[in-house]
Amino acid sequence: MNKAKFMFVVAGTAFALSAQAQLRVEISGVGSNQIPVAIGPCANEASAPAQISEIVKADLTRSGMFKIIDATPTTNLMQTEATSWKARGADALVACSVQTLGNGQFEVQYRLMSTVQGNDLSGFRAPMPNQYGRLAAHKIADDVYEKLTGIKGVFSTRIAYVVQQGRQYRLEVADADGENVIPALTSTEPIISPSWSPDGTKVAYVSFEQRKPVVYVQNLVTRQRTVVANEKGNNSAPAWSPDGKRLAVALSKTGNTQIFIVNADGSGIRRLTNGSTIDTEPQFSADGQSIYFTSDRSGGPQIYRMSVNGGEPQRMTFGSSYNISPRISADGKTLAYISRREGGAFQLFVLDLESRQEQRLSDTTSDDSPSFAPNGKYILYATQNGGRRSLAVASTDGRVKQRLSIQAGNIKEPTWGPFMK
Amino acid sequence: MRNVKHVAFILSTAALLAACSTPQPEAKKPEVVEAKPEPVKQADTRAVEPVKAEVDELDIPGGKLANRSVYFDFDSYVVREDGKEVVSNHAAYLGKNQRTILIQGNTDERGGSEYNLALGQKRAEAVRKSMAALGVAESRMEAVSLGEEKPKAEGHNEEAWSQNRRADIVYKAK
Repeated sequence: MNKAKFMFVVAGTAFALSAQAQLRVEISGVGSNQIPVAIGPCANEASAPAQISEIVKADLTRSGMFKIIDATPTTNLMQTEATSWKARGADALVACSVQTLGNGQFEVQYRLMSTVQGNDLSGFRAPMPNQYGRLAAHKIADDVYEKLTGIKGVFSTRIAYVVQQGRQYRLEVADADGENVIPALTSTEPIISPSWSPDGTKVAYVSFEQRKPVVYVQNLVTRQRTVVANEKGNNSAPAWSPDGKRLAVALSKTGNTQIFIVNADGSGIRRLTNGSTIDTEPQFSADGQSIYFTSDRSGGPQIYRMSVNGGEPQRMTFGSSYNISPRISADGKTLAYISRREGGAFQLFVLDLESRQEQRLSDTTSDDSPSFAPNGKYILYATQNGGRRSLAVASTDGRVKQRLSIQAGNIKEPTWGPFMK
Repeated sequence: MRNVKHVAFILSTAALLAACSTPQPEAKKPEVVEAKPEPVKQADTRAVEPVKAEVDELDIPGGKLANRSVYFDFDSYVVREDGKEVVSNHAAYLGKNQRTILIQGNTDERGGSEYNLALGQKRAEAVRKSMAALGVAESRMEAVSLGEEKPKAEGHNEEAWSQNRRADIVYKAK
């Protein structure tokens, strides 16, 4: 009897732990000029595999770009007169409906209407597998975001990060809202620096499973793992070329850490930087012609840019004696990095490469691992609060901030995935 | 040594006896005496021969080789004065003993994991080069980095960080 009771408690605890491993999203700050959008429940939403309209609302709210007006219709919004929502303060109305198809599929239909002209701005009707209920909602949110702001939405993209619980490390893949978590790799040794391939089907990372840092590429779809760099010393900091054919890596086989370029299958390794100090954290520019990297050649670590074909690097950062972890936006105009400032705070900064204007994006003091959303409007990074590692998102203009935390363990090394075809 | 003495005694006794007896052609006396040392062997079982154990000075608790960590300042890979003694003690030991070592560089948790991995490598290299300068063969040392991944002290303050900014000398199994 006692034994049975104990077993029950243990099972209950295990369940609670896995439930707590979900990311929790907190939002602070809002964008200026929020667009008012009315959204109501989808027609027949109860038959959908996910709460479509709630997910759309949560996505749009999190972006900081929209003011959501809850539409609780007496009629089917799909057949409604959109202009009647103008008086309720909405510029646009989102309507949707759901239908069960069988064969493990459902159909989602959505309309985006202008409350000013009463015309349709966008819409689609698409069959979706039942396991992609949340994805259907993210795709609606992406379309609303794009049609109303002119910027591509990132709600249907994914993120990857590392969770450490005691001596266990997990590389996890989740939707951009932190839901739908899938472990891609578990290990008893550290995993760092995950990096998505441009097509979103593979992740390169550094695993210490061979008791030293080795660079792997893992195909998320087939589970196939390829050792890309396992030279003498440390192998680390993988970054994909925009065409997905090569990776820039940091190797210490010459004694100090230097930047090399290697084919994605591990062949054709060649040295790019030639120095006696630290050169690490390479990143390709979107055109594939430049490499941004961290080097302490001037004393402390600073960010440099050089041609992918070699040549003299150009120093990019001057605002502090310690600037690391460069990430370049897809349009090549904004550089994000971590800077150590007065009082020893490590904070997320962005630098406008044209105006040379520098801006601090975080209020926290232990930030690292920034990565741009593929639309360039948000930056995901790791930070610390209450002695525990968590993730945070800041809009590149500094107006919107979100925090994603988990109850158990440390979460770190985040990286935002690309747009998927 | 003692046995040799006994044999010598017996040999000389035999020689004396032989001298007293009638001269004979060259005899086979040594074989006879060597075959019977029994009475003397009895006394030997109480003998105690002192032996000095060869203690590896590496294993002496609190000894000067017990400290195998070289500590560093923030974002620095310069071996400090307090680390130079650690380096020279182990270099001297390696000069006398055919051992190989792994030098593991570590950093505190602050800053990025990749820069810290490179920094840890530089710290391990700094110790390796200091030891090479004191004559330790390159083939007996390997410098690796654990970056910020394996902190010795778990705290989030300077006390913990100062413990984690370090290179450890790890002796490989013989």
